[in-house]
Amino acid sequence: MKRFIEKIIQGMLTVSGFVTSIVILLIVLFLFTEGAGLFSKPKVEDGYEIVLNKKNDINTLSAEQIKDMFDDKITNWNEVGGKNQDIVLFRLNDITNYFAEEELGEQLEHVPAKISELISQHEEIIGFIPQEYIKNDFAGKRLDMGNIKFKDVFFGKEWIPTATPISFFGILPLITGTLWVSLVAILIALPFGVAAAIYLAEIANHKIRDILKPVIELLSGIPSVVYGFFGLIVIVPLVQNIFHLPVGETGLTGSIVLAIMALPTIITVSEDAMRNCPRSMREASLALGGSKWQTIFKIVIPYSASGITSAIVLGIGRAVGETMAVLMVTGNSAIIATGILQPLRTIPATIAAELGEAPDGGVHYQALFLLGIILFLITQIINSSVEYVSAKNKL
Amino acid sequence: MNKIEVKNVDFYYGNFQALKNISLEIEENKVVAFIGPSGCGKSTFIRIFNRMNDLIPETHLTGTVNIDGIDIYQKGTNVDALRKKVGMVFQRPNPFPKSIFDNVAYGLYVNGIKDKKYIKQKVEESLQGAALWDEVKDELKKSAFALSGGQQQRLCIARALAISPSILLMDEPASALDPISTAKIEELIWELKKTYTIVIVTHNMQQAARISDKTAYFYLGEMIEYDDTKIIFTNPKKESTQNYITGRFG
Repeated sequence: MKRFIEKIIQGMLTVSGFVTSIVILLIVLFLFTEGAGLFSKPKVEDGYEIVLNKKNDINTLSAEQIKDMFDDKITNWNEVGGKNQDIVLFRLNDITNYFAEEELGEQLEHVPAKISELISQHEEIIGFIPQEYIKNDFAGKRLDMGNIKFKDVFFGKEWIPTATPISFFGILPLITGTLWVSLVAILIALPFGVAAAIYLAEIANHKIRDILKPVIELLSGIPSVVYGFFGLIVIVPLVQNIFHLPVGETGLTGSIVLAIMALPTIITVSEDAMRNCPRSMREASLALGGSKWQTIFKIVIPYSASGITSAIVLGIGRAVGETMAVLMVTGNSAIIATGILQPLRTIPATIAAELGEAPDGGVHYQALFLLGIILFLITQIINSSVEYVSAKNKL
Repeated sequence: MNKIEVKNVDFYYGNFQALKNISLEIEENKVVAFIGPSGCGKSTFIRIFNRMNDLIPETHLTGTVNIDGIDIYQKGTNVDALRKKVGMVFQRPNPFPKSIFDNVAYGLYVNGIKDKKYIKQKVEESLQGAALWDEVKDELKKSAFALSGGQQQRLCIARALAISPSILLMDEPASALDPISTAKIEELIWELKKTYTIVIVTHNMQQAARISDKTAYFYLGEMIEYDDTKIIFTNPKKESTQNYITGRFG
């Protein structure tokens, strides 16, 4: 009977272990298939095409040029290497400027023919037209823009996911934003965290430690949106006033909030590591005439180096992946930040802010999944590199 | 001249009195063994000489402990300097997680010595002094943890010798070792006696009889008897000592 129960328990543990692993693998797989789908999508908004007059010399246009044309930043064809003619933009809803409603037919059945006619009559026109209105006898020139390319995404400097006719999914601004915020957050949190850990582990007496430690651990239980709120009310005006900025919502603000959030983890993990340094090591150092500080810096800290590094990783992990608080205080502008005092936007904040408005299965949606993959990869790289380093440090 | 003089020392862990009114003198270049059953206070006593008990909170000491004629418990004593003079080897080998070389050099580093040539020479001397040099001279860069238990303990002795102490405290240095390593350590103690005053705590009475000049027997925080080792082991004055050394208890 006892053996039977043990067999059942063993079976249950095996099943749950397998199920969890498979679920995790499926999540990763899902992320990758959704994200990779982005590269099989056309650059131009799905279901639309860019068309030109056949007499126009231009045969290729870059995505940026098309964007600038539709933003009225490029107004003459000679700016992109064509004839000296003013560019005429044509969107579907402009059709009523050229034709009366009767001409288009009751069911709009004449629209394709009229568009074809219009494009062939105007040499200087550029049209952004739904594919359904482009029939086989179309009299214009269809520009083949191709699919979204790897380099458009990974080296793209602009993140404009909802622009027409062409959206930009360059992730550089988001990556730089994430790196800035996380890096500075860690730079702030690390010295404070390790100092607090040294204080708690080596200097504070029992009574103080018994009060301080639960308080610090309590900090990690505060929801991140509360931290974000705190950052918005306290740190944003503080940063704005200290650095005389037009707005206080900057990378630095996010870093400070993140540093505060990462502190409890860094402190508790590294303090535990330091307290794990055996008494015999300390005694040996002191017995050789080493002072208390020499013992801390030459014995205790090196001994707990791997614990401290894992504290750092956990801190960075929290900083890189943290969403809500950062979303609230960094200003969310998706431009490449050249300094920490600029508003910037992180990867997780982008996903959180935009997923709600991205149509299911669309390009934008897939681009957000791709961001998820990148976030996943960044944390993986950090984790494994630190594991590698701490494994090397271990004696 | 007496190297160490202890007068009327009482020692307390909180309210518990671990040592009761102990007085003894230790001459220079002698080996003195402390024996006694577990919990008799002999380890507490040996840790008084380098003020290692300071690390334990809520302990205090009354009486005087003089080393080279200076009270080491008087206010303003430089404890780090004291510990440089009074080296200690612990019960379990406790090398640092560093290389063999760095383990021995550690005491020199923390005492502010930077001269690389001197450090190298001192490391070699110390390892030779601890009879370990021949075994490790080609692998000084290797982790100390790669050594055997007995080698680790000799490394700890070398580490203590490197800072040139005049007194060496050994708290059951061979209790965690096999008989061959123990024999090596004992041989080493014989050698070291020429240059150092050695205080050793041991559970092993044969060991005390083999290596020490004088022996102190402790029981329940009191020093019952302190005399030449020969007398303690052949003709003790107290019955309690007699009972302990003949193995009737302990």
